[in-house]
Amino acid sequence: MSVFDGLKFRRVYSPIHNLDPRMKFIFVIAIFVSAILFYQIIPLFALFLIAIPFVFLARVQKQWIRSLRGAVFLAALIFLSNFLISAWTSGFKITAPMIESAIALTLRFVVLVESFSVFFLTTSPDHLGLALEQSRVPYEFSFAFTTAVRFVPVLAEEAQTIMDAQKARGLELEKGNFMKRIRNYVPVLIPLIVSAIRRSLELAEAMESRAWGATKKRTNLYALKLHRGDYFLLLITVLIIVLTVYFRYFTAIPTISQFIK
Amino acid sequence: MLEVKGVHFSYPSGVEALKGVTLTVKNGEFLAIMGQNGAGKTTLVKHFNGLLKPSIGQVLVDGVETTKTSVAALARNVGFVFQNPDHQLFSETVEEEISFALKNFGYDAETVEKRITWALNLLGLTEYRKTSPFMLSGGERKRVALASVLAWDPQILILDEPTIGQDHQQKENLRQFIIQLQSQGKTIVIVTHDIEFVSECNPRVLLMREGKVVADGAGKEILTNPEVLFESSIVLPQITQVFIKLSSLGLPKNIIDVYEARDVLLKTLEAKQG
Repeated sequence: MSVFDGLKFRRVYSPIHNLDPRMKFIFVIAIFVSAILFYQIIPLFALFLIAIPFVFLARVQKQWIRSLRGAVFLAALIFLSNFLISAWTSGFKITAPMIESAIALTLRFVVLVESFSVFFLTTSPDHLGLALEQSRVPYEFSFAFTTAVRFVPVLAEEAQTIMDAQKARGLELEKGNFMKRIRNYVPVLIPLIVSAIRRSLELAEAMESRAWGATKKRTNLYALKLHRGDYFLLLITVLIIVLTVYFRYFTAIPTISQFIK
Repeated sequence: MLEVKGVHFSYPSGVEALKGVTLTVKNGEFLAIMGQNGAGKTTLVKHFNGLLKPSIGQVLVDGVETTKTSVAALARNVGFVFQNPDHQLFSETVEEEISFALKNFGYDAETVEKRITWALNLLGLTEYRKTSPFMLSGGERKRVALASVLAWDPQILILDEPTIGQDHQQKENLRQFIIQLQSQGKTIVIVTHDIEFVSECNPRVLLMREGKVVADGAGKEILTNPEVLFESSIVLPQITQVFIKLSSLGLPKNIIDVYEARDVLLKTLEAKQG
């Protein structure tokens, strides 16, 4: 469940935490789109490096590393499946570009996890909801979204309790071959889903009994305003987009093997 | 036999939940662990079947250190029923739910069948054998969870908040049931806030506060000690409150049982009339 730990917000004050969530989101999306556009190691590695100063400025390195560690299993899976499929289609003649593209695709996943982890680690759910509302997203949707984000750590904790309860009944999650291991998680997933549905129904009832949606036009105690740091982040974002478009469409990016030659 | 020796435990978040707990639970003993929320009760009992391992100190189950074996191996001797049945129910029928642990422990089909019938009967669930556990009421789900653990007949049984959501009748059944298990020589550990339930059962009581044991002894001693209970934010059993308030009339203060109370009162009345 350590992947979820990387999404858990902790109230800390840092220049990154104080940035406007809208700007941060655009920044993350810019990185996201760039990561999708590139399929070579060098630009993807550059994207990976961009987020690192943010992590240290926000002082969330511990949680950030934990979220990356949690992504290791999936990353390994992506690497293996890409490598095996390309090896299989080429008749098992392993070449350097093949390994490189598998590494690049894995790196792409790591960049996505990294940037979203930075975003969620430094943005409070309240700010997020506020940002959505001020972006004219209907309150129903922004509320649903912030609630979903807020419940991620709750669900992670619940998953831990369920695992404990099933282990106490002799379930061994790490036992058996690959398929068996996946099936081992059924006794964990079903209670988790059922209790999530129960919880959401209870939440809906509790909200309605507290007159949720009684007024059509809501006002907020706090309003988001852009500051100097936000414009600076916007500048970085624009720079990333411009560089991405330039390198992706107007230059030929060398692969590592070409680089070495 | 459960032996806890100087156990300290800290969660990964850094919270120190246990600060040096030592206790021994002998075979056939009935122990109630009480204390305010966050006192470390559930953390302590999670050490009994190895779900948590001590940061410092040792926990031994029948002489085996919990760090040297797996939860699955310990679970054969230590049954643990969690507070919320919804954290473990996942099968399509009550029958399958009960068979889950039995299959995990590798019992053969015939034994599984026998144990299911036995456990259903024991908890009055026979009529729900083919029902989905999700269709049952809260109290019934709790009994299914209990049946699914009792089915493999563990020597030590841990119940976390067994009385929550149970009506009076069910609580009485549970009490009878615990007495029955105790007479078979089983060790029973309950974690609870329900002082009335504990006073009716009169087990050994362990009081915890901020990760430490503050009192450990016979129920009759601890449940009638207002100072110790007050420190743990526990209110005295009602019957004890009455007797403490009437102690100026020469009535004893250490009454926790309604039947005992009746006998004492009758004797006093008879003495006055006589």
